[in-house]
Amino acid sequence: MTELLRVNGLVTQFNTESGVVKACDGVSYYINEQEIVGLVGESGCGKSVSQLSVMQLISAPGKIAGGEVIFDGQNLLDYQANGPQMRSVRGAKIAMIFQEPMTSLNPVLTIGQQLTEMLVIHMKMSADAARKRAIELMGLVGIPAADSRIDDYPHHFSGGMRQRVMIAMGLSCNPKILIADEPTTALDVTTQAQLLEMMRDMVERFRTSLVIVTHNLGVVARYAQRIYIMYAGRIVESGMTKDIFAKPRHPYTIGLLKCIPRLDEEEGTKLVPIEGLPPNLINMPATCAFLPRCSYKIEKCYKEPWPELTPVNGDHFIRCYANTEVKPSESKKR
Amino acid sequence: MNQKNDDTILDVKDLKMYFPVTRGLLRRKVADVKAVDGVAFKLKRGETMGLVGESGCGKTTIGRCVLGLYRPSAGEIVFNGQDIAGFPEKKLRDVRRNMALIFQDPYSSLDPRQSAGSIVGEPLLIHKVTMAKSDYRERVEQLFRIVGLDSSMSDRFPHEFSGGQRQRIGVARALACSPHLIVCDEPISALDVSIQAQIINLLEELQSKSAGLSYLFIAHDLSVVRHISDRVAVMYLGRIVEICKSRVLYENPLHPYTRALLSAVPIADPVVESTRERIILKGEVPSPLNPPPGCSFHPRCFVAIPECSQGVPGLQDVGEGHEVACIRVPGYKRTF
Repeated sequence: MTELLRVNGLVTQFNTESGVVKACDGVSYYINEQEIVGLVGESGCGKSVSQLSVMQLISAPGKIAGGEVIFDGQNLLDYQANGPQMRSVRGAKIAMIFQEPMTSLNPVLTIGQQLTEMLVIHMKMSADAARKRAIELMGLVGIPAADSRIDDYPHHFSGGMRQRVMIAMGLSCNPKILIADEPTTALDVTTQAQLLEMMRDMVERFRTSLVIVTHNLGVVARYAQRIYIMYAGRIVESGMTKDIFAKPRHPYTIGLLKCIPRLDEEEGTKLVPIEGLPPNLINMPATCAFLPRCSYKIEKCYKEPWPELTPVNGDHFIRCYANTEVKPSESKKR
Repeated sequence: MNQKNDDTILDVKDLKMYFPVTRGLLRRKVADVKAVDGVAFKLKRGETMGLVGESGCGKTTIGRCVLGLYRPSAGEIVFNGQDIAGFPEKKLRDVRRNMALIFQDPYSSLDPRQSAGSIVGEPLLIHKVTMAKSDYRERVEQLFRIVGLDSSMSDRFPHEFSGGQRQRIGVARALACSPHLIVCDEPISALDVSIQAQIINLLEELQSKSAGLSYLFIAHDLSVVRHISDRVAVMYLGRIVEICKSRVLYENPLHPYTRALLSAVPIADPVVESTRERIILKGEVPSPLNPPPGCSFHPRCFVAIPECSQGVPGLQDVGEGHEVACIRVPGYKRTF
């Protein structure tokens, strides 16, 4: 498999009145060709910001303060955010689907106008050809009667249908990478399943790589081949999906898997919550951000700064000093 | 209050809630939105009943009818042995002392100008539970402790708390008058994944400590509902299509909609995921303004036969209290 995108040490920060918020603090990952990658974390962990940084869609007071985004042999961060070079990548080679299908479509333009815009700009199509292609795309993503609905406005569409439009828009220029930021969070479960299945079929058909940004561990277990777990602006664990779920190694991942109820759980299963709260990202200490909530912590964690991602087993990396293969000392005491 | 000794706290019988759709200058009624259309279930003391369904299926409307926040169009709501469906507002007030509501959004359900202590204590004053000032203060402090908050925080305002803490305040307020029934309307869906478990465990703990506290737990997340409930009712377009013990729900779902709903929920385990049945439904939930004839699920159903559109199947017990509303289920007797 060839590597499509490599992000190295990405730092994105927001300068606020109360201090600097490092939403992404040295995020590194890669995406291979035709691969489905999951990026998992809770709200505020920086998963969306990392993706917006790749697209250079960070606006003030946010700033990309360091790192590189290598795509097609070029560092995308060298390009000006609004320059022609970045514009030829954004939407055309790397496309993005946003979380809120209700707010990410322009309410005063028809679906057709919004779908054909990209085709005319990026693919240099004529208006007629673009319209034909837009109808075709709407059919592909499962919008019935596409040739009449293309002139409807977003408010004529249900949430699920709007997200289908967004997916069609994302795929319209045959991108190499499609980033889906919480693509189905605002939708009902059955619609969510419909859309995710359809998205998987589409990326196979278009030979696109898909990045699913989500907080739902079930979704990545079902669809992603490889996953990254983020906490407080950093990736804390990465590896093949089957390895991470079979044997999670970072205390945060272990905690997450124990605190969600599973549909197939035994009766009487107790949830083990992660105590405490996610940290405030302003003026973070150099030590591990998960330390206050961690049940595996050792003395070294208090003294040394947060470690880099280190391999534990082949492709499986964690950012932790403790030996998480043994039970935490706290559970013995209870 | 004429509290009966039987173990049923809530008995909902053929509940209907129609909202009129009006048009024109004279606001003439042109149609009804049948948000809840003939729902019946019983809730025992100390039991948790889960109510699941997708948005717009009427689950919140049922919760609001039970609490007397909506006046039902038809049907009975028997709470503690008396039908409260037609109660005037004054009488409802007495009944409401014994029921409480936990809201979905802890960010908008707490008055930003009221201190946490006064939010929690307000029901005590309204229902005149504690007369003396010292009793009041003591009870509020006790409530803070019960939900795991420091009682020294009672002078703080909602914005000084995190989402999880705010939801704890909401729980403390619901507990204030020691209710018999708490309606939990999506109590955790606005919280972060790692915080959700804290609130679920708190609710479970409260129930095990106080004998006879019942929950009507309304949520769209099947895994959460299954985890916390003793029995689960699955709703589709204003009707209950299946009621069963939560253990049975995953092992032996009978209604095709329940099966599809279950299969749509991904399990956080790639090994289990690779072997699961996957049913992807066609289309979307129809409008409750114009529901399809017969079984309202039949246009999307993968086992539908022509007879499905001829009549509305009612809930029938097909063994061991497993109730289902589908003529395609073995053992179900068609009545039309």
